[in-house]
Amino acid sequence: MLSMVSHSNGRIAFALLAGLLIAGCASKKDGLPDSAAGLGLGGAGVGNVTPGSPQDFTVNVGDRIFFDTDSSSINAPSQQTLQRQAQWLNQNRQYAITIEGHADERGTREYNLALGARRAAATRDYLTQLGVPASRMRTISYGKERPVAVCDDISCWSQNRRAVTVLGGPSS
Amino acid sequence: MPTIVMRLCAAVLVLAGAVAAATPAAAVVELDITQGNVQPLPIAIADFQSNDGLGQKISDVVSADLKRSGLFAPIAKAAFIQKGLGPDVSPNFQDWTVINAQALVVGRVSPEADGRLRVEFRLWDTVAGQQMDGQQFYTNPDNWRRVGHIIADAIYERITGEKGYFDSRVVFVAESGDKANRVKRLAIMDQDGANVRYLTDGRDLVLTPRFSPNRQEITYMSFGNGEPRVYLLQLETGQREIVGNFPGMTFSPRFSPDGQKVIMSLQQNGNANIYAMDLRSRATTRLTATTAIDTSPSFSPDGTRIVFESDRGGRQQLYTMNGDGSNQQRISFGDGTYSTPVWSPRGDLIAFTKQTGGQFQIGVMRPDGSGERILTSGFHNEGPTWAPNGRVLMYFSDQKGAGGPQLHSIDLTGYNEQTIPTPGYASDPAWSPLLD
Repeated sequence: MLSMVSHSNGRIAFALLAGLLIAGCASKKDGLPDSAAGLGLGGAGVGNVTPGSPQDFTVNVGDRIFFDTDSSSINAPSQQTLQRQAQWLNQNRQYAITIEGHADERGTREYNLALGARRAAATRDYLTQLGVPASRMRTISYGKERPVAVCDDISCWSQNRRAVTVLGGPSS
Repeated sequence: MPTIVMRLCAAVLVLAGAVAAATPAAAVVELDITQGNVQPLPIAIADFQSNDGLGQKISDVVSADLKRSGLFAPIAKAAFIQKGLGPDVSPNFQDWTVINAQALVVGRVSPEADGRLRVEFRLWDTVAGQQMDGQQFYTNPDNWRRVGHIIADAIYERITGEKGYFDSRVVFVAESGDKANRVKRLAIMDQDGANVRYLTDGRDLVLTPRFSPNRQEITYMSFGNGEPRVYLLQLETGQREIVGNFPGMTFSPRFSPDGQKVIMSLQQNGNANIYAMDLRSRATTRLTATTAIDTSPSFSPDGTRIVFESDRGGRQQLYTMNGDGSNQQRISFGDGTYSTPVWSPRGDLIAFTKQTGGQFQIGVMRPDGSGERILTSGFHNEGPTWAPNGRVLMYFSDQKGAGGPQLHSIDLTGYNEQTIPTPGYASDPAWSPLLD
């Protein structure tokens, strides 16, 4: 027969990670302005839009610019868009402005957060040069977290490498 | 919130009598896992005896852990000759060697008067006819899976000579909803995907969680109040706070090995630099000062060095520096870009994401940049994290199209790739140290 000798040693108590829901802390929905209202690429005029409205800005001015892969340079088409934006923003000074920087999905998450921030900063700096006061503008990066175009080819990714000028409501 | 406290009492089972008194034969069951490609060891894992089926469930956990490691090949139970074997008797070793089992695991689960479970197991070397290990544990019945992981770790360590990694957890980001507006929640699970618990409710976009070394805290990035910042979450209380008072986006947080500091990136205009913040004194130290993007830092296990990525040379490459920011030097020089470096808990390797030829790869290199090896390559593999024993990596992998990411693991041989089951899409895994 085999006999079994056992001696129990207390092991260290371990505090299990309880599932925690942090209720009642956050109040905002998700902090993401809805900026996907139309692509506003060109500046072609569209009727039935109130001049000076956010819709006017999005549709007739173009609320976004696009970037080359892994670049934050403001290319020629983007310069034209930003010139239209600056002109419009300087005529409609009641709006606070948020510039969102975005990256496409073909990069790693943390680098893309910084790349989106770099694009937003470059856009803000360009608008500042065109006379839009820096004090009206804040920037935020969403990295690759908020694509507008969801597919898996180059045409899509190029739409996601963008900076969007969002009218943040009338400034006081 | 309720805190579940678990006590595990381990005791070595000593076998006296005939077997132990016999002249010890040399143990023959050992697995050299320092070679590149390992032949899995055939092992028989008998259903643990119990009166309610729990014994089989626990031995199934043991079997699944060992199988997924790629180092063990559990033998189908239908092939067993000696049925119903428990831990009290010496096995008929011939019955096991004849089915090619080089090791045998038996066990028993029995309820104690105080409501706890007693779980015993023995590991036998069938060729030498010797016991290799025997232990018993007392635990709350809710923790039966954990006992299975602890037993699997004991078997792994006894046979390979290296620490196991099964009694560990993973914090990750659970994803749901459209790709264009993903809902992301922090979640924790066991390393095998069991026992998923959600830590946040999905209202805030959350990214890149990491465990503190004592596993009581998570640092992560959140868009909480509209401003993206690094947060600290106390797991036991649910309390959370913003780390530091920085004048811009903070992201990419990691703990120091002593748990006293969080290092992270601070974005200012177009530049991201790496800062360290002492969690007690709140003092911050700037570690890099470039006009580039310096991010994804990771301490060496001894805390003396930090590996990070930077595009200061034009594209993302890996660099190392001392813990105080001095002695910065580039270590990656291959084709493509390198990012998300993570220093192995053994100190011997750095794992990374590499982009080249339209593929996203997971690879490893030595801390001086030599010996680069790609372990897996695909459309989008990103963000490796080390198992506590430094032998397995977990990462997330996305496919083309409107689907979402899933978690995978791969071992250092590059041959053993596994999918980690999660309730939905999952990304940004971070492995905990071994529990204790």
